Parts: sequence; C-alpha cells; structure tokens
Amino acid sequence: MHIKISVQEAAFDVGDETLELGRVSKQVGAITSFTGLVRDINENAGVSGLFLEHYPGMTEKQIAQIIAEAGERWQVLAVTVIHRVGELLPSEPIVFVGVASLHRGDAFNACEYIIDFLKTRAAFWKKEQSVDGPRWLTTRASDVETAKTWRSTEG
Amino acid sequence: MVKVIFFASIREDLGLNETEVALDGPSTVADLVKLLVECHGAKWSEALSRENTLVAVNQTMVDDQHTIHAGDEVAFFPPVTGG
Repeated sequence: MHIKISVQEAAFDVGDETLELGRVSKQVGAITSFTGLVRDINENAGVSGLFLEHYPGMTEKQIAQIIAEAGERWQVLAVTVIHRVGELLPSEPIVFVGVASLHRGDAFNACEYIIDFLKTRAAFWKKEQSVDGPRWLTTRASDVETAKTWRSTEG
Repeated sequence: MVKVIFFASIREDLGLNETEVALDGPSTVADLVKLLVECHGAKWSEALSRENTLVAVNQTMVDDQHTIHAGDEVAFFPPVTGG
C-alpha cells in the first residue's frame, strides 16, 4: 500500500492529490475522497476562524495506525491523509482523505472508516474563534457514536 | 528526568508547554499527577484531574496506572477534535 500522511499549515489541492492517487498503480480502478472544510457556524455561533494544533509525531503515528486498520479490512492500493494545522478561515479545506482501490466499494468504505476514526482518535485540537470569543471545542458525541458503529461491524 | 508536555486547553490553563520532572523511583501516571499538583497547586489539580483528560506516554495512550520510567515523554491533553 502507498501511504502519504501530511500534517501541514499549507493549503492542499484536492485535484492534484486525487490524480496522484491514480498514478500509484495501473490496478487502480476507483478513487474516493473526503474533503472537510471549515464551517462558519457551530452550535449557533458565528465562527470567524479556527486554530488547530497537533502532537507532532504521535498524530502521524495514529493516522498510520488507522490507515493500517483500513488496509486490513478492505483491499486498498493507496491512501493519502492531509490535515492542516494553524490558523484557518471558514470555507478553507482542513482535511483530505483519499483512497485508491481496485473497486469502488473498498474505496468508499476505507475512506469513510479513516475519516470517522481520524475525528475520534487522532491528536488534533480545534480552537474556535466566534462572536462569543475563543473556545476549545469538545468531542462531538455523534462522532464517537459514528466511530463505534465500525466496531460493531468488525469481522 | 521525565519530559511532561501539555496540549490545547490544558496547555493554556497551565500557561505552560512543557516541564521536566525528576521521579523518585518507579512511578505511575497517577503518582506523577500527584507530584505535579503538590508542586503547583489547585490550578494544576483541576486541569490534570478532569475526567476527560487523556494521557500518552512515549506517544501511546495509557491509563493512570501506567508505569513511567526516566527518559519517558508524558503528554496530557483533552479529548481530540480533529477532522
């Protein structure tokens, strides 16, 4: 499996990343991707920006572990995970998960699995700038529940 | 010595990115927290004893009974909110 993991301040290009996934092997028949953007609304407050921090070293290891798990469950040829940190504005892309596989089913499933666990297991923290002032976000119960549903489908 | 690092809201609450602690013999994470609170007081007790505070030793998640050794890197942080 080709794996690319990047935690970076710089913006990324969804098109470039997607094309790159297609070039890893002539076996690739399907590429799926998820791109997360910064929303301007969260729990009714006008959000003007986000600050993100991570745990250099550990965050990348956790992402690699999640990708390895997806690779055990589905036939995956390549995975790219890019997560931005630092200051971000509404509408800016914050996270990219791309999966190349032989077939679409594996590509869709692996992509969804990786983003679901990235949200609940990878060491990133968001601080929101809103009309109410700065505030560290807390884990969403719905994200934890979504990730748990994968456990119940194990095996 | 043990390197202790803090992230996100805990880092801000303590006003500190990292510190170094000398442990007197084998210690658990709970022992380390007790020592830090004894040295620094109530503000640290509140931040490090929160029910949802997470701990990693050498970049692997552990519970508070995990044994810490000299040279380890111990990190305290709140639940993650990436993606």
